[in-house]
Amino acid sequence: MNCKKIFNKFLSKNPFVLFILLIVSLFTSISCVSTNPQSTFDTYGPVAQSQLVLFYWILAAAIFVFTAMTIILIYTVYKFRRKSGDLIPEQIHGNTKLEIAWTIVPCIILAIIAVPTIFTIFDNTNSPDTSSNSVTVDVYAHQWFWEFKYDDPNNETEKITVANEMHIPVGKVININLYSDDVIHSFWVPKLAGKVDLMPGNNNKMWLQADKEGEYLGQCAEFCGVAHALMKFRVIAESQENYDKWLSDQSKEAIVSIEPQALEGKEIFESREAGCWSCHTIRGSARSKGKTGPDLTHIGSRSHIAAGVVENTQQNMAKWIENPNSIKPGTLMATNGQVYTDPDKKLTGPEVSALVAYLRTLK
Amino acid sequence: MTTFALPIPKRPTHPTGILNWITTIDHKKIGVLYGVTAFILFLTGGIEALLIRMQLAAPGMDFVSPEIYNQLFTMHGTTMIFLAIMPMGAAFFNYLIPLQIGARDVAFPRLNAFSYWTFLAGAIMLKSSWFLGGAPNAGWFGYAPITEIAYNPGHGIDFWILSLQVLGIASLAAAFNFIVTIINLRAPGMTLMRLPVFTWMTLITSILLVLAFPVITVALIELMFDRFYGMNFFNPVRGGNPVLWQHLFWVFGHPEVYILILPAMGLVSEIIPTFSKKPLFGYPVVIFSGIVIGFMGWMVWSHHMFTVGLGAVANSIFAITTMLIAVPTGVKIFNWIATMWKGSIDFNKTAMLYSIGFIFLFIIGGLSGVMHSSAASDAQQQDTYFIVAHIHYVLFGGAIMALLGGVYFYFPKITGKLMDESLGKINFWLTFIGMNLTFFPMHFSGMDGMPRRIYTYTSEMGWDLWNLISTFGVFIMGAGILIFVLNIVYSYLRGKESGNDPWDARTIEWAIPSPTPEYNFKKIPLIHSVDAFWEFKRNGTPIEPASGASENSEDEKNIHLPQPSYWPMVVSIGIMLAAYGMIFGLPISILGTIIGFIGVYAWSLEPVNEPEQH
Repeated sequence: MNCKKIFNKFLSKNPFVLFILLIVSLFTSISCVSTNPQSTFDTYGPVAQSQLVLFYWILAAAIFVFTAMTIILIYTVYKFRRKSGDLIPEQIHGNTKLEIAWTIVPCIILAIIAVPTIFTIFDNTNSPDTSSNSVTVDVYAHQWFWEFKYDDPNNETEKITVANEMHIPVGKVININLYSDDVIHSFWVPKLAGKVDLMPGNNNKMWLQADKEGEYLGQCAEFCGVAHALMKFRVIAESQENYDKWLSDQSKEAIVSIEPQALEGKEIFESREAGCWSCHTIRGSARSKGKTGPDLTHIGSRSHIAAGVVENTQQNMAKWIENPNSIKPGTLMATNGQVYTDPDKKLTGPEVSALVAYLRTLK
Repeated sequence: MTTFALPIPKRPTHPTGILNWITTIDHKKIGVLYGVTAFILFLTGGIEALLIRMQLAAPGMDFVSPEIYNQLFTMHGTTMIFLAIMPMGAAFFNYLIPLQIGARDVAFPRLNAFSYWTFLAGAIMLKSSWFLGGAPNAGWFGYAPITEIAYNPGHGIDFWILSLQVLGIASLAAAFNFIVTIINLRAPGMTLMRLPVFTWMTLITSILLVLAFPVITVALIELMFDRFYGMNFFNPVRGGNPVLWQHLFWVFGHPEVYILILPAMGLVSEIIPTFSKKPLFGYPVVIFSGIVIGFMGWMVWSHHMFTVGLGAVANSIFAITTMLIAVPTGVKIFNWIATMWKGSIDFNKTAMLYSIGFIFLFIIGGLSGVMHSSAASDAQQQDTYFIVAHIHYVLFGGAIMALLGGVYFYFPKITGKLMDESLGKINFWLTFIGMNLTFFPMHFSGMDGMPRRIYTYTSEMGWDLWNLISTFGVFIMGAGILIFVLNIVYSYLRGKESGNDPWDARTIEWAIPSPTPEYNFKKIPLIHSVDAFWEFKRNGTPIEPASGASENSEDEKNIHLPQPSYWPMVVSIGIMLAAYGMIFGLPISILGTIIGFIGVYAWSLEPVNEPEQH
């Protein structure tokens, strides 16, 4: 009754307030139905889902408090605005009962959000399934790319390393171990799970699960240097069958092409002058065993290059090899690679083409 | 006594001009120096923000390079926190505290001048990094190991470490000064529970400063040793621990948030009762909630580290403590609203508009704070634009709005002139609308998955609209701030005479003439209640002691005031050179140390000039 009175007397006469409420609710609804690639409102796994449910719960409490307080504030200012002929108002110094009340009421509201918060914290920290039915992935973050290591299905003691594209079977618990060897990074796939940091010297764990097949974008969420904005990755959730096939393909050694340009590219890759091999591993190659750069054994099978920044096309690959900074300013390949730092060793056009031809055969 | 000839010059006597400002130890002049310096630095931080927003206006912009962008956001954060909001608070402490407690000056006037000059030295040092090889580029939080020499070989981080140390000296000296001043120099009758609320908040802030700065000092020294002497406090390869940095930084960093906001709350607690013509509702509760905020501010630091992997138990505990700190904050907001309830609210005054705006924006900032106190849901918000929105609602919507309101409120006391109310209203509405346009959309871009501190994004992410609105808003906000500058200049030159008490205010600083005379109170007042001046005006309760009291002289020329000195600035120059020397060569450091020691020696032993007539 009182609320209605206030509305009739005050809000209906103040189109400005209504206008603001309208704008805010419009924006909120636009945002809350967002299906943008990294929207936290468009969840596809239990972890992100529970975080979203909790968020809505708290948002509801916050909107309730915000609306109540704003109405009280605007009403007070409007109702008790100075009018001509105002006398000195009564000098009220306080009211103990009221003050106790507005200490206790917020505590109750906070308890309402605290309880589900704590349940969700524990649910999301402790993996529900660590049996052999689950999948374990070791994530290594580097300035500025991602490595994902899987158990080799053919050899228990070996790990398969892939870069920047993480495949997972749909509907299964994925246990993730997080490592960093340089600075702090943060692993974040908004549609699947909130972020957990990768701390050098401290191994973190998290878990996630995708309930629907699809490609989910992720991005480093802790500032990690020049190319922080361009440290992206993809999680590809697929059927168990496709996942098994993918894993078995990835576990194989690199294909050796017989195409002459590709062979020439391989030679350049493994040459002392170019030195690509000193940072990159290509399994199956006798020379290419470098560990500081991403594993390139099956680079041809990836949809994107340069940590998810551009599509894996012939043109982009050539551009990337010719001048990595043009795609990803600050990349360590341009800082440390001798073909970029030493003008005498600069790659020629045909050499770049040969390297591209070689890398594109590595499916 | 045998004469031990000391070659120390006499105290300077420069009644006007630049030398007067350099040698002054008058708390009012130092307050003005703090205010003007901090505002200029606020504008530089604003320009940095403007460049950031230009770069993010549209996807794939090439307005600044990623290297420059990283320096911009680092400098923006560090500038606004250490060089703008903190010293703006200090400006008000300096000007107001002796006036509010009825004192002639602060307890240690030369130390006060030293605080200002050392603050300026630190500010110059940090800002000069732009021109001396590149600004710091690892964020205002400087998370190790990206600040370590292996990942950050330039001098930017060195500038950051050393200038923060210099600023820390300034803050600590000022904080000790204000604690002693407030405890010891109160006028007769001014018990702690009769202190004006702003003075109370200053006391709490100063205690927080004294306790918080040693923590960041330790962290910065460890980082400095890592960088300069090859130690391994934060180097995980050799057994150091980057999490240690985060704990040290946030044990400082979270109380720091309250160091920024409590003075603002104090100002609002002065302005709202004045323009409602009612006493602050629940004075003891407002004070007590301030103390509780200051105390609980130490128990919430790990909510900045919810994604670091501290474990479910730690995250739960810090989630609860963080939620609890909303209670005393909420109590303050309720008390402000209750102060206005049944009052006679003059919201046509810009100072009051700013205070009401503060409450509204602080409700939003406080609620988004509660939203990410929930560690589980915060995993989606941490390090996104949602957090950027939150801190700007709290620090711009909160601290800056209240400080600007404070300028409108106290400008007459400082200059004897009123600020222009028409310009003031334009200034307020542009700033208020601009601020909401800039920061409200960041809630959406954050929940839409936009991480902080990225210099570029692609159109497919769907963040274009929110970013465009934000950038648009910055220009409106900037226009508002420009009008504020214009208003200050215009009102200083052409403003209407204000008289002693233009607002019908409540505390004793309004009982003395405007602009404030050098000696503040002709007679040290005698206090009988919280709103002593109001009681005097309405009920005739006297605030002047009976004439003939021994301490009080009828002749203002005989009022004993602290005398100016060259040496505080000399010591500050010494400290600045010593810090620069860490980067540019040991001889400069040695020179700086010698100058500093000479300054301290002369400071300790300089004579006191005889008063002209005594």
